[in-house]
Amino acid sequence: MAVDGDDEDWEHAQTQNWRGLGLTDPIKSIEDKWLLLPAFLKVKGLVKQHIDSFNYFVDVDIKNIVRANAKVTSDVDPRFWLKYTDISIGFPTRTDASSTDFSSSSSSVTPNECRLRDTTYSAPILVTIQYTRGKSVVRRANVNIGRLPIMLRSNKCVLAGRSESEMARMMECPLDPGGYFIVKGTEKVILVQEQLSKNRIIVETDPVKGVVQASCTSSTHGGLKSKTYVITKKSKIYLRHNSLHEDIPIVIALKALGLSSDKEILLSTAGSSQTYTSLFSPNLEDAAKLGVFTRHQALEFVGSRVKVNRKMPFGGAGGAGGRRPAWEEALEALATIVLAHVKVDEKKLDFRAKAVFVAVMTRRVLMAMCDEKMVDDRDYVGNKRLELAGQLLALLFEDLFKTFNSNLKSSIDKVLKKPSRSTEFDAFTSLQFLDAHLTSGFVRAISTGNWSLKRFKMERAGVTHVLSRLSFIAALGMMTRISSQFEKTRKVSGPRALQPSQWGMLCPSDTPEGEACGLVKNLALMTHVTTDVEEGPIIGVAFMLGVEDISLSTGSEIYAPSTFVVHVNGTIIGLTRYPSRFVSQFRKLRRAGRFSEFVSVYVNHHHKTVHIATDGGRICRPMIIVEGGRPRVQQGHIDMLKKGELTFDDFLHKGLVEYLDVNEENDSYIALYEPLILPSTTHLEIEPFTLLGAVAGLIPYPHHNQSPRNTYQCAMGKQAIGAIAYNQMNRIDTLLYLMVYPQKPMVKTKTIELVGYDKLPAGQNATVAVMSYSGYDIEDALIQNRASLDRGYGRCQVLRKNTTLIRKYPNGTYDRLADAPVDENGQIAKKYDIIQMDGLAGVGERVDPGDVYVNKQTPTNANDNTFSGQAATVPYKNSPMSYKSPVAGNIDKVMITDTENEQTLIKVLIRQTRRPELGDKFSSRHGQKGVCGLIVNQEDMPFNDQGIVPDTIMNPHGFPSRMTVGKMIELLAGKAGVLCGKLQYGTAFGGSKVEDMSRILIENGFSYAGKDMLTSGITGEPLEAYVYFGPIYYQKLKHMVMDKMHARARGPRATLTRQPTEGRSREGGLRLGEMERDCLIGYGATQLLLERLMISSDKFEVNACQECGLMGYNGWCTYCKSSKKMAQLTIPYAAKLLFQELMAMNVVPRLILDDA
Amino acid sequence: MAPVPSTSSQSLYDPRRHVRVDAERARDVSSTDFPGYWPNEDHSWNLAKFQEGLQVKVTRLSKRSIEFDLVGVDASIANAFRRILIAEVPSICIEHVYVWNNTSVMVDEVFAHRLGLVPLNVDPSLMSSREDDNDQPTDRNTLVFHLQVTCERNKNAPKTATDPAEVYINSEVLSSHLKWVPQGEQEIVFADNPPAPTNPNIVLMKLRPGQEVDMEMHAVKSVGKDHAKFCPVATASYRLLPLIVLNPKKPVPPHLAEKFRKCFSPGVIEVDPITKAVSINEEQMRKETMSREVLRHPEFEGCVELKRVRDYFLFHIESEGAYTPERLLPESIKVMREKIATIRKAAEALRSDSGGSGDVEMRDS
Repeated sequence: MAVDGDDEDWEHAQTQNWRGLGLTDPIKSIEDKWLLLPAFLKVKGLVKQHIDSFNYFVDVDIKNIVRANAKVTSDVDPRFWLKYTDISIGFPTRTDASSTDFSSSSSSVTPNECRLRDTTYSAPILVTIQYTRGKSVVRRANVNIGRLPIMLRSNKCVLAGRSESEMARMMECPLDPGGYFIVKGTEKVILVQEQLSKNRIIVETDPVKGVVQASCTSSTHGGLKSKTYVITKKSKIYLRHNSLHEDIPIVIALKALGLSSDKEILLSTAGSSQTYTSLFSPNLEDAAKLGVFTRHQALEFVGSRVKVNRKMPFGGAGGAGGRRPAWEEALEALATIVLAHVKVDEKKLDFRAKAVFVAVMTRRVLMAMCDEKMVDDRDYVGNKRLELAGQLLALLFEDLFKTFNSNLKSSIDKVLKKPSRSTEFDAFTSLQFLDAHLTSGFVRAISTGNWSLKRFKMERAGVTHVLSRLSFIAALGMMTRISSQFEKTRKVSGPRALQPSQWGMLCPSDTPEGEACGLVKNLALMTHVTTDVEEGPIIGVAFMLGVEDISLSTGSEIYAPSTFVVHVNGTIIGLTRYPSRFVSQFRKLRRAGRFSEFVSVYVNHHHKTVHIATDGGRICRPMIIVEGGRPRVQQGHIDMLKKGELTFDDFLHKGLVEYLDVNEENDSYIALYEPLILPSTTHLEIEPFTLLGAVAGLIPYPHHNQSPRNTYQCAMGKQAIGAIAYNQMNRIDTLLYLMVYPQKPMVKTKTIELVGYDKLPAGQNATVAVMSYSGYDIEDALIQNRASLDRGYGRCQVLRKNTTLIRKYPNGTYDRLADAPVDENGQIAKKYDIIQMDGLAGVGERVDPGDVYVNKQTPTNANDNTFSGQAATVPYKNSPMSYKSPVAGNIDKVMITDTENEQTLIKVLIRQTRRPELGDKFSSRHGQKGVCGLIVNQEDMPFNDQGIVPDTIMNPHGFPSRMTVGKMIELLAGKAGVLCGKLQYGTAFGGSKVEDMSRILIENGFSYAGKDMLTSGITGEPLEAYVYFGPIYYQKLKHMVMDKMHARARGPRATLTRQPTEGRSREGGLRLGEMERDCLIGYGATQLLLERLMISSDKFEVNACQECGLMGYNGWCTYCKSSKKMAQLTIPYAAKLLFQELMAMNVVPRLILDDA
Repeated sequence: MAPVPSTSSQSLYDPRRHVRVDAERARDVSSTDFPGYWPNEDHSWNLAKFQEGLQVKVTRLSKRSIEFDLVGVDASIANAFRRILIAEVPSICIEHVYVWNNTSVMVDEVFAHRLGLVPLNVDPSLMSSREDDNDQPTDRNTLVFHLQVTCERNKNAPKTATDPAEVYINSEVLSSHLKWVPQGEQEIVFADNPPAPTNPNIVLMKLRPGQEVDMEMHAVKSVGKDHAKFCPVATASYRLLPLIVLNPKKPVPPHLAEKFRKCFSPGVIEVDPITKAVSINEEQMRKETMSREVLRHPEFEGCVELKRVRDYFLFHIESEGAYTPERLLPESIKVMREKIATIRKAAEALRSDSGGSGDVEMRDS
């Protein structure tokens, strides 16, 4: 009975429930919360940072820029003005269509057309202008002032919001991430640039020199950048700025900024702390010694040290009346140049905010002087900002627009200067002819990558890169790349090191090896980069939440023990005494959606500050909010997400999920998994594998690998041949590698599904036997099964573009295409046999080396500008395009089109299909690359009990030193997947468990360890060792022997030196270099040296006169005018050249000959 | 692993006949029954003894595959058959493709490669092989196929249809679309079995309206070592007969019997429902996959020994071409006999050492 009673209790306990939960229920965790990730990517896409930034530029920033430069006036006619009232960007259009064919209703252009036609994918910039015409004011809308290249998938792109089938109709790949530009037919990416954050105080120490400095780079919108320092020199503090000749003692600087009494200065810098006061007081004495007591004296002091190099930019407002008084100069410099981002009201000249800022900088220096720990870390990700395409384009646009306006002004002036005009002057006419400036400015900058903006002292090269279309992953990886602006050559490890704060924001694995290691980074999967948010309303909110205005508080209040200084974007706005309450209320408002979700707020307890950031370029990522130990996202939400009733944005608006930037992240308490939530936890990770980027996400079981292996794979994944895009057959790229039979990996990851690698894979699931076979597998070489290669394993296609223009010449003549020439017997020469009637090779024809595939002919007098005859009668010469590669190919595509400037463009795509051969490079997804060392017949390969023969044999020595355990688990999971007919997961920090995989193997009659008993294909006997055997995903890399092999006996020589040319492309010789030469010298092989370095290279017979020692010619010494003592000798031509060059420099080398 | 028990004479372990399967390695994989290995024993080859030991027994035969036991031969012989089956038994495959028109998405080379891999039902004995690449195609050595498929919209398809097979006509190019074009006397020779792919349902390519392929193909006779497509088998392999020996000195504890059974392939081990005594089903023993699972558990250490019989080959051959599965082994024997005949001729020529150069012409070296 007692047992029964227990049972009853048990039953009772089970029926009791609270909110649908039984007492005995296991604590449920939210299943599938990772589904937030696809939801996030659905909203934002893989390259959201680029697209958002461009959208911001196009929608908001461009309007701000125009508003700031809205008015154009004339120096000649003061009554004239022109005003831009609005600006907008249209949709991409075909440029030639608008000029020739207005009637066609759709001149809208697709990106693929631009790629094929070598045009620019750009949209018109349309402005609304108001200007005076005579006495009336005219308004004109939609005036085209130039064209802006449009980022693909941005909201101005024709692809925005299109469905997959619509994309297909536009020949566009739905999996392509977009975010790049098409300029003159090439796809260009503006890489993300990493910079130190602006307008923030950074304190650094130099332990060698014992210098402490606080620096602040000021940057206002469109303004100049300037850096202000507060530094210590001999334990005294100075203010340093570029526009000041010498460092200003800090007390004088503060006095100049309006803190007049020493007491006030002491309070606002050192506060009431004894240590700081004693540390600071020498500075006060210093100022007194220099005789600076009043503000006026301080301004005079500063003013005499201001660099005056301005050429009065504002139309001579100051007049040519020479130098202003020093104090005025100082006032001007302090107001506008020093710490320009702290606004000083021009009318009131209220320097209070700036004085406080300098005082705070000083205090930070004092703090760092006392405590070394109070310095900032430059490498901390929270101190960095990412500059994106939109910001760079905004700068470029502002520069171009200003030049445009000054051009407009001068052209208007030119007209207005004329005393009498027949018609009334309409400024619109001058505006019409200036649109080329903006258009060409954008095209030039993006296509060359040179951002040289004199106006902003910006001189950057290599901003844009050609989008690598080697593989889908290469393109994707390029879109997430971040290049570091500074510290390229410095040999410090700091900037290159892995920063703890980049967790979840930047991929820890994906960085190149070598020079740029650690400086080029990649974004993690869920990161987002913010765009600017207007700070005015945010400041309003801060004041509303009880922040006291800084200009109303004194130093003692600022540094009172319980007060926290509130900063907005680096500028000090006020004080709060209840920082945590303030912050939590602020966050509550943000979660309620009262202002942008990208505004971050955090408390810095070391500095006793609260920071609010609204600026663009901060890296952030979403996280689940945890309240009261419970994540706010509940299973119900996830279920609704699954059903499609909720989107990611709903999660944001409902306050279930929020974005945290690096600074706020470090002020939060984030649980990695749900069971780890503690009472103090504030957030929950959505999914830990998102800390990897898109490229590192392809690796199965990366958490089992040695970290550099993952890094190697990140580099190699970009070289793997596979499917490039759905539109790969409609593209004509310079060089395209395609795999014939790509397969999706047996062991995939969640990232693979999210980025679409399973739809555009680059590799094949090879059955691998990890064993030694012959000696041709040492040093990572792989053995391949010939039958597998016969059946299409590793087969790939290489497509190469060949372009030519059918040009029209200025003299009226033009190129033409001709059909194949016929010889006297009526036969067509072999090399012309694929040319058809139109002078082009037929599609599908085989091209043998030397064959002509475009039979172009050029007029003989094409450059003769004096020619004025009939263009049809001119004689032509052949200028055909012939096939150069040593291996035959096939014509894949022939395209004829017109370029933007009405030249006929012909593109011929030639394809080679290659099967793997000895020396081709392969790699698994674990940084284990190897070349094909031997191709073995199937019957010689080992086989297992089922008769399965491996595709590839890999040497087991590849494992111990590389420690790529992930690869072993991939094999195991792959084998299990094959046996149970399912794809397995190798997601980082998760994925299919080894234990489960082993169980599947056992259930299917295999050894739990994945090792099979093989039989040798050669002897027919069983192998003594069991062999690790199963599928591993192998990638074929783009490095193929066919493109590299090279040898030469005789061949071309360089004209100048007569030495053999260099390099495979010029059929060059193989260099016997210095080290090889040293060996031969050491060995004493003189004749061999002579042969290699002279006889086989640039042997030259020269006549030398034994009389004068100079070189003669034909047995005649021109110096001695005799042929008596001429001798012939053989020297390298390079030596002869050297003698002649020396003689040209007035040095006479004489050849003194002697019989040895 | 565990050292060989001293009682090995009792366990049926015979290193001369068996390959021992240990947990981490196999032992005694090579045969030792050749003259001079064992002192004072005669292992010279003896036809009578060989005939006594030789045994071929078909255990399963289906339309496409055969399983048979080959007992009493050395691994080298069994392996030779396997190798010949893969590499040297001839078959007919498409070798040359002449493309007249191809507007599909698949490139010519890839499609030609796929066509080459289609197995044909032509008996290779009816054809001769081309001597070299420049050999003229004749009706004796070449079969001509033609493929002409155009995809169109199916006007009779229901409006709601989305399945490409319904909406379009010829949405897929199948192997059955290959049409044999008889040349010369081929019509008579192949009258009762007109050449065609063995499987009519192989999808070669997908087409959409407006796409067309039109090509001519020449099929020739060759062997697997030339290209894998000529390989007449899908699998030709063998495994050695498994042998599981229970140690009577250390029976499996009754409570672990079920676990013990699960360590082997289903049916191999039988557990008495009452006594929980473990026994081996001799007939099912060949099903054992040798997963070596039992060796993983320390509790079964010493209970059982795993081995394989070294001269007992369980062959498994899947035919994928013209040959019926049962014909494949005789074909391979035929090829092997030809090879032996060549060698014999060479050996005899060497021995006789008659005049001439002493060179023996070897075919197909």
